[in-house]
Amino acid sequence: MTLSLVVLLPFLGAIAAPLFAQGGRTAIAIASSVPALLALATLFPMWGTLAEGGTIVQSLEWLPQLGINLSFRLDGLSLMFALLILLIGLLIILYARYYLKPQENVGKFYALLLCFKGSMLGIVLSSNLLLMMVFWELTSLTSFLLISFWNHKQDARRGARMALAITGGGGLALLAGILLIGRIVGSFELDDVLAAGDQIKAHALYPYALTLVLLGAFTKSAQFPFHFWLPHAMQAPTPVSAYLHSATMVKAGIFLMARLYPALAGTEQWFFMVSFTGMITLLIGAYVALFKHDLKGLLAHSTVSHLGLITLLLGMGTELAAVAALFHIINHATFKASLFMAAGIIDHETGTRDMRQINGLWKYMPHTATLAMVAAASMAGVPLLNGFLSKEMFFAEALSLNLPGIWAWIPPIVATLAGIFAVAYSARFIHDVFFNGKPRNLPIYPPHEPPRYMKIPVEILVVACILVGVFPAFSVGPLLNAAASATLAGEVPDYGLAVFHGFNLPLMMSVAAFVGGLIMYSQRQKFFDFHARFKEIDEKAVFEAVVSWLVERANSFTALLENGSLQRYAMLLVVSAIVVAAVPLTGMDLIGSNGLTAIDPPTAVGAAILIFCTLGTVYLHRERLTSLIMLSVVGLLVSLTFARLSAPDLAMTQISVEVVTIILLMLALYYLPSWTPTEASAGRRTRDLAIAGVAGVGMTLVTLSMLTSPFSSISDYFLQNSKPGGGGTNVVNVILVDFRGFDTLGEITVLAIAALGIFAMLRNRQLSAPPTDGQGHPWAFDAHPTMLKQMSRPLLPLALMVSVYIFLRGHNLPGGGFIAGLITAVALLIQYIASGVNWTQARITMGYHNVIALGLLFATIAGAGSLAYGYPFLTSTFTYLEWPVVGKFEVASALVFDLGVYLTVVGATLLALVSLGKLTPAGRPLTRTEARKES
Amino acid sequence: MELAFALIIGSLTFSGVYLVLRARTFPVVVGLTLLSYGVNLFLFSTGRLMTGGQPIIGSTDTYSDPLPQALVLTAIVIGFAMTAFVVVLSLRSRADTGDDHVDGNIPREEPEDHQSIEQPREETGQ
Repeated sequence: MTLSLVVLLPFLGAIAAPLFAQGGRTAIAIASSVPALLALATLFPMWGTLAEGGTIVQSLEWLPQLGINLSFRLDGLSLMFALLILLIGLLIILYARYYLKPQENVGKFYALLLCFKGSMLGIVLSSNLLLMMVFWELTSLTSFLLISFWNHKQDARRGARMALAITGGGGLALLAGILLIGRIVGSFELDDVLAAGDQIKAHALYPYALTLVLLGAFTKSAQFPFHFWLPHAMQAPTPVSAYLHSATMVKAGIFLMARLYPALAGTEQWFFMVSFTGMITLLIGAYVALFKHDLKGLLAHSTVSHLGLITLLLGMGTELAAVAALFHIINHATFKASLFMAAGIIDHETGTRDMRQINGLWKYMPHTATLAMVAAASMAGVPLLNGFLSKEMFFAEALSLNLPGIWAWIPPIVATLAGIFAVAYSARFIHDVFFNGKPRNLPIYPPHEPPRYMKIPVEILVVACILVGVFPAFSVGPLLNAAASATLAGEVPDYGLAVFHGFNLPLMMSVAAFVGGLIMYSQRQKFFDFHARFKEIDEKAVFEAVVSWLVERANSFTALLENGSLQRYAMLLVVSAIVVAAVPLTGMDLIGSNGLTAIDPPTAVGAAILIFCTLGTVYLHRERLTSLIMLSVVGLLVSLTFARLSAPDLAMTQISVEVVTIILLMLALYYLPSWTPTEASAGRRTRDLAIAGVAGVGMTLVTLSMLTSPFSSISDYFLQNSKPGGGGTNVVNVILVDFRGFDTLGEITVLAIAALGIFAMLRNRQLSAPPTDGQGHPWAFDAHPTMLKQMSRPLLPLALMVSVYIFLRGHNLPGGGFIAGLITAVALLIQYIASGVNWTQARITMGYHNVIALGLLFATIAGAGSLAYGYPFLTSTFTYLEWPVVGKFEVASALVFDLGVYLTVVGATLLALVSLGKLTPAGRPLTRTEARKES
Repeated sequence: MELAFALIIGSLTFSGVYLVLRARTFPVVVGLTLLSYGVNLFLFSTGRLMTGGQPIIGSTDTYSDPLPQALVLTAIVIGFAMTAFVVVLSLRSRADTGDDHVDGNIPREEPEDHQSIEQPREETGQ
């Protein structure tokens, strides 16, 4: 998996490099270079295979069910891009070493740069489209962070946000496009996709897939009408601009089009969409570049224009045009990266990038000026430089397009026009910056040459421009050949990489572009005046307006559903529950095949009382205390229902919970109004009654249908294994502490969390209690009646004994930790009620938090104990012990677990209720007895 | 038997839902309690209704289904924890807003009034 290593290395470097930040900029720059050098060393031995037109694919399964594999592919095209990314990346590292100030966060910068590099390598080396998508999004994210590196600047943040929104949005479209392609082909592997070109193009979904993929490519490569993010991304540090916005990131879209060229290109739709977009972008970028006073702004628009040129070439659909596109990718990367770096040097040394201030720098930095002028000449397309060669190929292709009638004239005219603008803005870059009088109001004066090593990356790139320009076949021939072979699926046309092709029409166009461009520049003031007549559109303001409009729409849509009213949510919840439940249940039988069974009179009476009290609770709900009494009757009858229907454990649990719940609600009523005002309108009440009625009738029918239908249960297993496997005859308890012990552990944890939540909500809180009850009567004369006090105290040991008994017998008879815990809690609560919080608190020294913690600890230890013997978590064991007096006694390890349950229930219940009881406010009026005692 | 049981669950659901839709915290808590009774009974009844079949091995010939019972047992306890939590939440809400309306304030107040209530609370929060 050497290829995955190439992708992984920069990410590893991103982790390691910041560790060198302490050692200064040089140390971290050297550390950051290591991944690229290692990657180059890894790729080098593979050249042999590629030169012969071979492809290396290495694959590792990741999520094969979804068609996602960690597969990587190296062919000529990916190698060309990988080399651009790695080599220019190295130069950028060196350049940034001098560009960044020592006090800046260089660790973060290099880490982000390496992350970005790894993501770019991932895009070009992925052989799986979905994997490529992952890296594609990673470049959007890392470039966002890099553009906003100076995040104290508002413009940088805005520019980064804009870039992320545009490229991220395009990424979504691309993902959809890739999914469509995967659906058509049945695979996301590039090998399959590239081989299925005809199948894709013939498919009904092709137009959609193509449009979506192109949306992704156009947004990333700043094509019209998405081009505006690129100039705004110039707020980034210049090394970032030089790397992302000349050589790598913006080329990702171009790469994608080249990568999928065999699969998608060659149709009319491709031709019109790609070439026209490219043509418009080419012209707009070139035109606007001339009028930018900002050095980087000029370069950014020129980049847009050149990206348009490459897109146009790819759109033409001929093989020679594709070769020209690839060639121009290399050339543009070299001259534009060097120009960005030169612009960064000028910015660094003069403190500004405004060309109205920067003039006549030739006198101050002749060396830099020479380098920048050569690179700019290449951008203009001067012979003997690489820019000339690919531009010449572009002109030739523009001429050879077979369009009908007058349309055939458009591409050459557009090409020449763009050439004229290119010459003009290149001339401006050279003349305005290095000549044209003296510098004006420079923040740093006088400017001088930058540090020696800062110029080295520029020098290397400029030498590359000349080398390619003079010896094209020798310098880039083999690489270009391999890339073209990969892009065109092996059919490389006969093309000539020569400096001079004779006196032909393309050369005439070049000459025309030169003459026209120089004339245009010399007459620039007229053009500037002309341009100034148009009101410039502030893309940033438009973008912000669109974004805030969207946010506003989203907010009002959210407000439509979420207006802050709990009542409304509850209503919507119930209604949607009814709808969701009603749809699948409409066809059910009202009475199942089992039929109804007879009811005995006592049960019938009980059921009638239960229903009566339930409805009474609603009917009387305005008088809260009465309604609470009704509720307690309901709870009591529910526990009787359990008892009647063969569930003794449930009956015991329900009745103890009932006691605690009613105490809790009584306590709450002390602080709350004792009656509910009538607020809802009659209409609202009718609506609620209707909703509740539908829910009630629905539940009745569902229950009836379910109860009369036959069913099969998995419980036979529990019944058979309870005694031999769990050592207990109470199957419910054995299920709780043994078979489903893990569930129980989770449930007591929830209980503990709820109790701690209650404690936290009430801690250090005081509630004001009303001085009288609802009817204006004062509270009881005696807060703690003597009779109750005297009765409750002897009751405590008795109740505790009962709970111990219930606890111990739980494994075999109804009982167990839950029930025993509740009984203990009730017994202690009675003390609180009878004798007051202070009195009781003084006698119970252990905090209930500790009880809860102890309980959870016991339960966990009991579960983990089985691990020590090599059994899974919560495996229980049991044995019989001979105890004196008691006799033969069964001891199960589940008993420890149940003890944990017991302690948690006691702790949680008491913590919740006592926190509530302790709320007695400082301002509570004294009862008469207390008042008498005070006086 | 089944009909009576179904009617019990139906009336518990009806009452629970109606009270949950009320505007004050206390009826909502009572409604939730009623709903949890209904839900527990319903879950319990998925094992079908049977008298005299307590799932204690050796105590009877046929046993009722123990699994729903075990599930409902913990559901009762957790239901209590939830009720307690909601009760305390409503008390805390009353302490913080001085009102026991579920939305924290009575709707359809004058907007200016609303502002003057909101403002000082924000300041104390900081």
